[in-house]
Amino acid sequence: MNLAVIFLYLAVVLVLGALSHKLFRNTGEDYFVASRTINWFVLLMTLFGTNMTAFSILGASGEAYHRGIGVFALMASSSAIVVPCVFLFIGTRLWRLGKQFGYVTQAQYFRDRWESNGLGLLLFVIFVLLLIPYLLIGVMGGGGTLTTLTDGKIPQWAGGLLICAVVLCYVTYSGMRGTAWVNTFQTLVFMTLGGITFFVITNRMGGFSNAIAKVDTGLLMQAEHIKPLELLTYLCIPLCVGMFPHIFSHFLTAKDVGTFRYAIILYPLCIAIVWIPSVLLGILGNIDVPGLKGAQANNVLIQMIGMHAPGVLAGFLGAGVFAAIMSSLDSQSLAIGSMFTHDIIGHYRQETFSEKQRIWVGRLFVSGVLCITYLISLIATPSIFRLAIWSFTGFAGLFPIVVAALFWRRSTKSGAFAAIISVILLWLYFFLRNWQTPGYTVGDTGIMPVTILIVASSVTLIIVSLLTKPPSSRTLEKFFAVKSENV
Amino acid sequence: MKTPIRWLLYCLLLLLFLLHNDFWLWKTPQLVLGLPIGFLYHIGFCFAAMLLMAAFVKARNDWGEK
Repeated sequence: MNLAVIFLYLAVVLVLGALSHKLFRNTGEDYFVASRTINWFVLLMTLFGTNMTAFSILGASGEAYHRGIGVFALMASSSAIVVPCVFLFIGTRLWRLGKQFGYVTQAQYFRDRWESNGLGLLLFVIFVLLLIPYLLIGVMGGGGTLTTLTDGKIPQWAGGLLICAVVLCYVTYSGMRGTAWVNTFQTLVFMTLGGITFFVITNRMGGFSNAIAKVDTGLLMQAEHIKPLELLTYLCIPLCVGMFPHIFSHFLTAKDVGTFRYAIILYPLCIAIVWIPSVLLGILGNIDVPGLKGAQANNVLIQMIGMHAPGVLAGFLGAGVFAAIMSSLDSQSLAIGSMFTHDIIGHYRQETFSEKQRIWVGRLFVSGVLCITYLISLIATPSIFRLAIWSFTGFAGLFPIVVAALFWRRSTKSGAFAAIISVILLWLYFFLRNWQTPGYTVGDTGIMPVTILIVASSVTLIIVSLLTKPPSSRTLEKFFAVKSENV
Repeated sequence: MKTPIRWLLYCLLLLLFLLHNDFWLWKTPQLVLGLPIGFLYHIGFCFAAMLLMAAFVKARNDWGEK
């Protein structure tokens, strides 16, 4: 029964992708940024859905199982304030520049802003390398979920293949518009199912009040599992949103700058809707399934559903997890395909593309990215899941670059290069020494490594920029003559 | 947006960032409205963030730009 629900869900996804193709305009701009025509509701749902991964449903419950309510403060309410600020102060400005100069990728903007082809190329390489583990986590997480829900009847490789095949179909066929429509549906699915799952399970447990009274009090406060400095510095992690290539692509799809308003206002509400049930169910999992160690807890929600509501609800939960995974995987693969098309082939090729060629090159690269991701997922070990936080750390470490590009006229390409190199070196230093340590903080003080990366890249960018030659006045005029907002 | 309003909003934003660190509830497992107080506080924080963002959006006057 649960498999029938999942297949029904996947069929709806494919139909939506196919329907959106009816509006396809056969241009590269339509394929990659939906001709910049997306309305406020679809923008809100796609931005939110793209940011929420399987981690928000399964990983959050697993973390809350071990660390209690503090997980909500650490990962949810921090995003509720930081991410809308990024949309407001960064996203609207990037949209305006993208609209005015026809940008489709971040590298195009940074290359023009600092008059440097090398900078665009370096950023392209970093973005692709940091996105690969993120893509792998989606494919492997989806495959693993299907295996657990079917008691091993469907192997992990088949689940991963199914996810990749469905995403491949609607992303290559319908491009950004199909992705945005499907993301909207997927986001509504996992937002609704989280609440339903919560009410069904707590009801079967004798009511939420009864259940929470049985939980160890250490999980109902932050002191025992989270350090104050960890809570403070974790606020830097959501800054990665400002540098995600797939979020940049979604910014550019907005119909006008006013389209951002509701995404800015309602994002915190969406965060609360998804994370409240995830975290609370994770805590209650200690009653139903005690004694889980480490990453075993990531399956706590699936195990609780198996105990309290097997069958259809398990199928719906599987669909919800698939929705969360696919709403990120599609945007990421489209963004990487777009980067290969525009930043490498389009930029270094002598002849310009026709619109038709541009679309087909994009489709080819999206297919290639998904095929390669799937093949790597067959040989990657589950330890890849530990890379997620390191991927976010890398993107967040680069955040000062977009801030400097947008707000600081005096910033230079050398400053940007130096900042990127400082991020690469520090990221490698922390990653190689500590990636096997779950919940690593600097010197066990609670300070997240991302804070060190952001401080170092900011200082490096400022010092080197002040010591080197600024961009030409023509370039500065081009980017800073654009009417700037008053916020 | 008028300058005083802009600065008021920036100050409120800074205040909200500071209030995210609810150290005064750090060791309190007490239930309020059926939820742990620290958890309820951060749900409230999400709503406060939403209201502040609405104020920023309301105060900005260039949303009509195409």
